[in-house]
Amino acid sequence: MGEFSILGKSTPRVDGIAKITGKAEYAADLSVTGMLYGQVLRSPYPHARIVSIDTSRAEGLLGVRGVITGKDFNGFRHGFMVHTRDESPLAPDKVRFVGDEVAAVAAIDPDIAQEAIELIRVDYEILPAVFDPEEAMREGAPAIHDHVQRNISAEMHMNFGDVKAAFAQADHIREDRFFSQSVLHGFLEPHACIASYEEPGKITFWGSKQSPYFPYRNLASAFKVPLSKVRVIQPYVGGGFGGKNDTFALDYSAVMLSKKTGHPVKFVYDIEDVMMAGRRRHPMIIHLKTGVKKDGTLLATECRVTADGGAYTAVGPMTIYLAGAFLSLPYKMPNFKYDAVRAYTNKPVSVAQRGNGVPQTRFAAECQLELIAKDLGLDSVQIRLKNAVEPGHVTVNKFHISSCGLKDTINQATDFVKWRERKQELATEREKGGRYLRGLGLACNGFQSGARLHGHTACAVVIKVHEDGTVSVLPGATDSGQGAETVLATMTAEIFGIAVEDVHVSKVDSFLTPVDPGSYGSRVTSTAGPALMIAAGKCRERLAEVAAQMLNVGSEELEFRNRQVYGKNSPEKAIPFRKLCHMAYQSGSGQVIIGEGYFGQNIALPNWETGEGDVANTYTFGTQVAEVEVDRETGQVKLKRMVVGHDLGKMFNPLIVEGQHDGSIYGGMGQALYEECLTEDGLTLNPSLLDYKMPTALDMPTVMKSINIESNDPIGPFGAKESAEGTQVSTVPAIVNAVYDATGIMFTDLPITPEKVLRALEKKEQGGVKNAPAGI
Amino acid sequence: MIDINLLVNGIHHSLKVKDNVTLLQVLRDHLGLTGAKIGCDCGDCGTCTVIVDGEPLLSCLALAVEMEGKAIQTIEGLAQDGQLHPLQQSFHEHGAVQCGFCTPGMIMSAKALLDKNPNPTEFEVRRGISGNSCRCTGYDKPVKAIMAVAESESRTKSENLGKERH
Repeated sequence: MGEFSILGKSTPRVDGIAKITGKAEYAADLSVTGMLYGQVLRSPYPHARIVSIDTSRAEGLLGVRGVITGKDFNGFRHGFMVHTRDESPLAPDKVRFVGDEVAAVAAIDPDIAQEAIELIRVDYEILPAVFDPEEAMREGAPAIHDHVQRNISAEMHMNFGDVKAAFAQADHIREDRFFSQSVLHGFLEPHACIASYEEPGKITFWGSKQSPYFPYRNLASAFKVPLSKVRVIQPYVGGGFGGKNDTFALDYSAVMLSKKTGHPVKFVYDIEDVMMAGRRRHPMIIHLKTGVKKDGTLLATECRVTADGGAYTAVGPMTIYLAGAFLSLPYKMPNFKYDAVRAYTNKPVSVAQRGNGVPQTRFAAECQLELIAKDLGLDSVQIRLKNAVEPGHVTVNKFHISSCGLKDTINQATDFVKWRERKQELATEREKGGRYLRGLGLACNGFQSGARLHGHTACAVVIKVHEDGTVSVLPGATDSGQGAETVLATMTAEIFGIAVEDVHVSKVDSFLTPVDPGSYGSRVTSTAGPALMIAAGKCRERLAEVAAQMLNVGSEELEFRNRQVYGKNSPEKAIPFRKLCHMAYQSGSGQVIIGEGYFGQNIALPNWETGEGDVANTYTFGTQVAEVEVDRETGQVKLKRMVVGHDLGKMFNPLIVEGQHDGSIYGGMGQALYEECLTEDGLTLNPSLLDYKMPTALDMPTVMKSINIESNDPIGPFGAKESAEGTQVSTVPAIVNAVYDATGIMFTDLPITPEKVLRALEKKEQGGVKNAPAGI
Repeated sequence: MIDINLLVNGIHHSLKVKDNVTLLQVLRDHLGLTGAKIGCDCGDCGTCTVIVDGEPLLSCLALAVEMEGKAIQTIEGLAQDGQLHPLQQSFHEHGAVQCGFCTPGMIMSAKALLDKNPNPTEFEVRRGISGNSCRCTGYDKPVKAIMAVAESESRTKSENLGKERH
């Protein structure tokens, strides 16, 4: 369709005005007439059997309308897959981590609800607990789930090519151990919802969900009502990052208490609920063995992962699949073997978080590649260019690379910082000595653009063209802050040749919007985008028929641009888009212009047993260069600048794309340098934003540069791919490699705290460590 | 219950409140002003920031009864006669908003800063919003948005000053 008039330009967010004026309503801002306030009771023990629960005093408290326990759910369990349904809305018989929910109340005000919670008496039989995933899998460890052997929640094994033969041919083999820690999603909006249950079985649910069709399905199952009787309505969502997919205790409890009391019930978790008992990124112990030729050509890699899953399985199987499958990107990796186990421990549950599993193993692989380059005396840039995948590449686990700008991202990101000169400059500076050691680090990534899972995996969009020349978009996709609504609005405006303000994008309402799996795995642009193009294309076709008659030109010659429609060769005879819409409705048959489309990229899903096959519609690639400054006196590491080179297929909106890169840098920097959920005997020691250190505006680098490469993907809408998560994948190793450059010490255990830096520097000065990993 | 008089966004309110409620609760639950958010509810995240007598205040840590007679400004009071405040406009145009949950608090912190220091350095801007957490933006675009307002205001002022001299 020729030059774009809207896509490619910086367009402010369509939901921006509501957000900057305070009018955007998030779940906790909502209220419904007659609603009650809910509160949950959490376990103080990491592992205990519930002997009895006495709710009588709570029930007797003035203002309390309902009290429920796990028994009210009649054995219902939920989970990501049929065979992993190990989680109950409220624990019916056993608690498995500090914070596991055991009861809930609804009262006429939040203070009374809190008081009632304190009046519930639970008699626990305390059980031995286990907190370390390796210990959890040993013989004789406490069984967290009855009938589960060795506390193994999920396993994933892949074996592609011939690793053994490849290692035999390798000139150099390295084996290293890495540890990626537990970090929070970090959204500031705690979970909140309101639910209303009307007899004989209709649920209305407003909740802070990045994937509202998860509760749609889960609530229907839990309350045994048809899907058509579950109305999930999406408010604004205050960040998700993977942490607002699942259906939680508050969601089920709100519905159950509404059913019991006949009133709508509102739950708002506080930050301690999130930080003490909420979901987290999977901590992983990663053993990585990689073989290369002398010239740096990668031959084989063998990876063993022990993932700390926490008390339940949740989305864990997907996480450990992705952590392994992406060993085959972004470099040509002809042979790889992957063995992962996800162990139950008596800790909060590990789930997907921006990058879902891929950042952990990519951290290990990129840092090890840096060590390999050092071992062989090869240049960090050259070893990556040598192995970089190219368009048309098919990975050994059968990912089909339809477009790839990886080499461009490497070249442009390193050129931007004048890699060679800057490395030399910093090395010379370090030789002079002094308090600060500065260094440059590099890392690349390959990521999924449009994750595809089992079950219903397509996205759909309905488009309604109004008589006044405006357009409503009803997607199944959700904006949790990433900019989904703006992407869909700008695409729509482009297709109809109208202004962005002429487009209204609806939030999910499961009564009206099409069903959708959810907004995770960088799906919206990649999968909802093509669905929108199909839906809008149908509407445009029908409008074109009318326009062709009005203008007396062939419909294929029509241009839709600047709120006008005209024949390519007769632009002077343009009709306003608004008039065209009006005529389409008012003349002839009285048609209404509505179109629908769905897109599921009709290719085979991966084989979940072997791990073979495409997991995504298409794949993105990126490179990051970090410059850090290490303070030898305090041990503090400061990220001075971060350059992102990202192959996004096609640039839709620089404002949003840069914002996504910035957010990934932020999350990755937090993980690399500051953040960790500290636990002792299963109790989170830092469940506040004061003690859990997310970077502030003063900590962030003042230079964050985005360089975007357009590889024009043949599958993505208008050639576009994701630009939301891939950058999170290489942020951590870019920083760690920069610290390695600065100090000569490879920090293999995250985060790189000042204590670790000081200890390692001291050890190095005593001659203990030379260019070796410092797993402390 | 205690009687209090608050001046919120230029409007007088006489209310009866419990002695333990916070200003944030009064704004949200009594006055329906939900722009200030409950993030951490303990003074760590800045999402509840409002301006009281010219100073930024974490409204989750302030008791409503201590606000007697004070002038309180919230995000809802920033736009005047349908015109966005320059900071709001700048946040919008610079892409400084993502999920938007931290945005009202961050804009109020920025306003309090610029009201006192109309021409801050980038460091001063970063320090000014360092109490406002944000997981989405990495602060780069918010900082640029605030700097742009500071620069355009100081330019307008110097232009006006220039005109006065003529």
